[in-house]
Amino acid sequence: MPAARGDGMRGLAVFISDIRNCKSKEAEIKRINKELANIRSKFKGDKTLDGYQKKKYVCKLLFIFLLGHDIDFGHMEAVNLLSSNKYTEKQIGYLFISVLVNTNSDLIRLIIQSIKNDLTSRNPVHVNLALQCIANIGSKEMAEAFATDIPRLLVSGETIDVVKQSAALCLLRLFRTHPEIIPCGEWTSRIIHLLNDQHMGVVTAACSLIEALVKRSPDEYKGCVSLAVSRLSRIVTSSYTDLQDYTYYFVPAPWLSVKLLRLLQNYPPPEDPGVRGRLNECLETILNKAQEPPKSKKVQHSNAKNAVLFEAISLIIHSDSEPNLLVRACNQLGQFLTHRETNLRYLALESMCLLAASEFSHEAVKKHQETVINALKTERDVSVRQRAVDLLYAMCDRSNAEEIVQEMLHYLETADYSIREEMVLKIAILAEKYATDYSWYVDVILNLIRMAGDHVSEEVWYRVIQIVVNREDVQGYAAKTVFEALQAPACHENMVKVGGYILGEFGNLIAGDSRSSPAVQFRLLHSKYHLCSVATRALLLSTYIKFVNLFPEIKPQIQEVFKQDSNIRSADAELQQRASEYLRLSVVASTDVLATVLEEMPPFPERESSILAILKKKKPGRTVDPLDVKDQAEGAVGSAAAGNTGGVGVSVNSQQQQQRQQNGQTTDLLVDVLGDIYSSPPQGGGGGVPTQNNFTKNNLGTGDGGTQPVDNLKKLSWKNNGVLFENDLLQIGVKAEYRANLGRMTLFYGNKTAFPMLGFNPSVSCAGELASKVSVQVKPVESTVEAGAQVQQLINMECVEDFTEYPSLVLTFMYNSVQQKLNLKLPLTINKFFEATDMNAETFFARWKNLGGAQQESQRIFKAAFPMDINATSAKLSGFGMQLLKGIDPNQDNFVCAAILHTKSQQIGCLLRLEPNRQAQMYRLTVRASKESVAKQMSELLSEHF
Amino acid sequence: MMHFMLLFSRQGKLRLQKWYVAHPEKTRKKITRELVTTILSRKPKMCSFLEWRDLKVVYKRYASLYFCCAIEQQDNELLTLEIIHRYVELLDKYFGSVCELDIIFNFEKAYFILDELLLGGEVQETSKKNVLKAIAAQDLLQEEETPQGFFEDHGLG
Repeated sequence: MPAARGDGMRGLAVFISDIRNCKSKEAEIKRINKELANIRSKFKGDKTLDGYQKKKYVCKLLFIFLLGHDIDFGHMEAVNLLSSNKYTEKQIGYLFISVLVNTNSDLIRLIIQSIKNDLTSRNPVHVNLALQCIANIGSKEMAEAFATDIPRLLVSGETIDVVKQSAALCLLRLFRTHPEIIPCGEWTSRIIHLLNDQHMGVVTAACSLIEALVKRSPDEYKGCVSLAVSRLSRIVTSSYTDLQDYTYYFVPAPWLSVKLLRLLQNYPPPEDPGVRGRLNECLETILNKAQEPPKSKKVQHSNAKNAVLFEAISLIIHSDSEPNLLVRACNQLGQFLTHRETNLRYLALESMCLLAASEFSHEAVKKHQETVINALKTERDVSVRQRAVDLLYAMCDRSNAEEIVQEMLHYLETADYSIREEMVLKIAILAEKYATDYSWYVDVILNLIRMAGDHVSEEVWYRVIQIVVNREDVQGYAAKTVFEALQAPACHENMVKVGGYILGEFGNLIAGDSRSSPAVQFRLLHSKYHLCSVATRALLLSTYIKFVNLFPEIKPQIQEVFKQDSNIRSADAELQQRASEYLRLSVVASTDVLATVLEEMPPFPERESSILAILKKKKPGRTVDPLDVKDQAEGAVGSAAAGNTGGVGVSVNSQQQQQRQQNGQTTDLLVDVLGDIYSSPPQGGGGGVPTQNNFTKNNLGTGDGGTQPVDNLKKLSWKNNGVLFENDLLQIGVKAEYRANLGRMTLFYGNKTAFPMLGFNPSVSCAGELASKVSVQVKPVESTVEAGAQVQQLINMECVEDFTEYPSLVLTFMYNSVQQKLNLKLPLTINKFFEATDMNAETFFARWKNLGGAQQESQRIFKAAFPMDINATSAKLSGFGMQLLKGIDPNQDNFVCAAILHTKSQQIGCLLRLEPNRQAQMYRLTVRASKESVAKQMSELLSEHF
Repeated sequence: MMHFMLLFSRQGKLRLQKWYVAHPEKTRKKITRELVTTILSRKPKMCSFLEWRDLKVVYKRYASLYFCCAIEQQDNELLTLEIIHRYVELLDKYFGSVCELDIIFNFEKAYFILDELLLGGEVQETSKKNVLKAIAAQDLLQEEETPQGFFEDHGLG
């Protein structure tokens, strides 16, 4: 047992030794329980413990906790230690609560008090202990309690350096939990000027703080650019002896350099030519130094030096304005591609991906194609190979596509399972994007299916079919190729699907050849039939009925297949239905009818490749579009929606057609919604339509330029589509449809910023009574919303009984490492389940009279909140889902409406009369319904809107 | 910003954990288990960086101990390796040729030293001299105080 240093808590050391000597997990648990019992009794005992004992026991508890056991006592004793006048006791107390504190704990107030005392201590060691504790806990309570003390400590002239360092990072931590804590105005320049501080440690700490603040309000902190450049320049030009202990293995201040370079990546290149020139000089010097012989053989030297170099290259890529620097950066990275350090090869591949996206360096990157392909073949670490795949994808263009795709296909055969699916997507995208000859494209995709069929997602084979259907010139070739591919004795099911579909559409193009005559095609396909899943069989049945149309000569054979028990009496309803309907169709329909029903598929509407959207979704933040995809992608903010191309329909069977129409509709619908959302003028403030360019400026801006949050909950009670909520980060659009007691709502979450939202979790719930009245079914969404992207969430709802509350939508996500939370409500009100009901005057009055009981009527008189315009009022009433009945009320000015509310259990009639009084600018609203609560709720809802 | 740092042995025993982003205890255990398994299964010559969820994991082995840090996408991997190295140097200097046992028996010291190097997931002080000075100042305060528990620990308390 090594001697414990310093104060040496022997009891603790003995205990740790005991634990280490335990032969089994059980023995360890036994020993721990014994110790816990002992400590518990000491804490409860009559004998008061002195500080040392408390410290020792608290430390033991901490050790037990760190071993992975739960600790549910000792907090009070730890808090007591905080006010000890012995430093070691205080320190252990702080450590315990930093590790084990529960922010809801009642003790937090006591803790805060102790910290306050220590913050004002004259001993800087105590002050730092307190600051470290605040930073370690970093809760909202802490932020609120110390919102004034810490900024003051940071900029005060009396604060010594070590305390300033801690204060800067402590403030940063609190800013991340509670952004409001940072004061504006005069503080800004004082914080910025910390970059000029004498003490390198202070500058390093302050630099982290400033970067976070810059992200929040770039304009306010613009002044930091020139200071950062001159500081960087001083470091870069200094010799390694100048900076003494801040030189790390002969590299002057690598941490500070990297932070400054990072900070500058928040801004475009400096406008001031002097500053810009100085910055470029720095970057050049860094690139030059990379070429110098190393000052040490130690890996620390090379790591630190290259860390600065990579950060400089990041800045060069970020600025994307100095062709000379970009090309030099590319050459430098090229050298690393063959470096013996795996880490450097990995990072070089990663950085080069970004360089490939710049027009200035794209060509320079392409020079390294050979090396990268070689990396793909020889690297032993899969994560490095993955990077090589990424880079090949990024450097691909029309000139090298065939070769790159070929290499990637080749690699796919031996690729690790973990990256196959992504590779398949990438190959499919490149093949489609750069195909000059579509027969090449078809070959590539069929190769994909052949080699990695399991990893070919639905979208990939949907896509190849869409393209073949849309391009007449490739149809014959496609039919021939799939026919050949199907000859293989063992064929992947995806191949059968593609083959089945293509032959069904274009089999006639190869039927002239006796080797692929209709009967041969049919036998070939049908030989696979029994090995396939239900979905594929269903597809094949559709192919067969298409054959009946294309090749009447094999009709009897096909009818035989339909008639087989395994089809017409299949246990699967879909197969059974198809078999019997197709059979019937083949019997009753005349040739003309058959030809019309089974006409060739019309071309699919051109849209962004659905697979590109999937890749983006799969690899948020890392997918670099091949060069010229960029423009295209910018136009399609809602690529997710565009990607929703639905399945590949079959132009048969009325039911299917209907389905396809519905699919088509949803697609259009979504596009419409996007149109709605993005073309509607921004509401409530000068934020501007969130185009790609604006995203960068909008980030986090709670400042001047930002949009006011919009909350349209009320308005959406009489509209089904629109923007529900909008702030600077996020826009939530809603589109809903209702039929009887059922509703389907789609929420569109649009990330307006230039950063991804992580851990994105919208949770919809019906609290309390509402739970039994409305049932909701919510589809989950991806946990990441990319910068500028939009995700959809589908919610199915059923009205069980009439209700009054709104379902709640609680949205949480991480943005820029800050947890965000929004509490919203879903615009679901009972009138959504209204069916407008038309009736004549007689019926209306009869019903009105029937509902004459006091329980059934709710009346309100209220002041007009909007201009009393007849058209607007009529539109709103219809929007509420009621039928406006004209010419019924003797007074022309009055409005009379009727509707039926559908709930699962019953239907409730609802009638309304709205009487405006123009002189008084008042309304009288009378609602009658067969259920009291409905009348009340409707009058309440309606009264806010006129 | 660093999200967490883990120290574990070749047997997968966790020796030190520092979390700069709050997670419930259950999540912490899950993350730890996942990363310990992943890293221990990697071969020596492999690259020290891993993509892991939305983060990057940087790890390095020193004798029997693995040091593993999770950083954000924009953070610098190479320099994170050097943060680990600086921490190892500090431990080494403080304990005098540090070994796993030092960290087990003096875990609280290991935490105190880490708090001087990193705060809130950011580098606070990179100068070895300055960190050691701060720790020495703490120890000095300690020595001024009488070790009153001394007798008790020898069975007299």
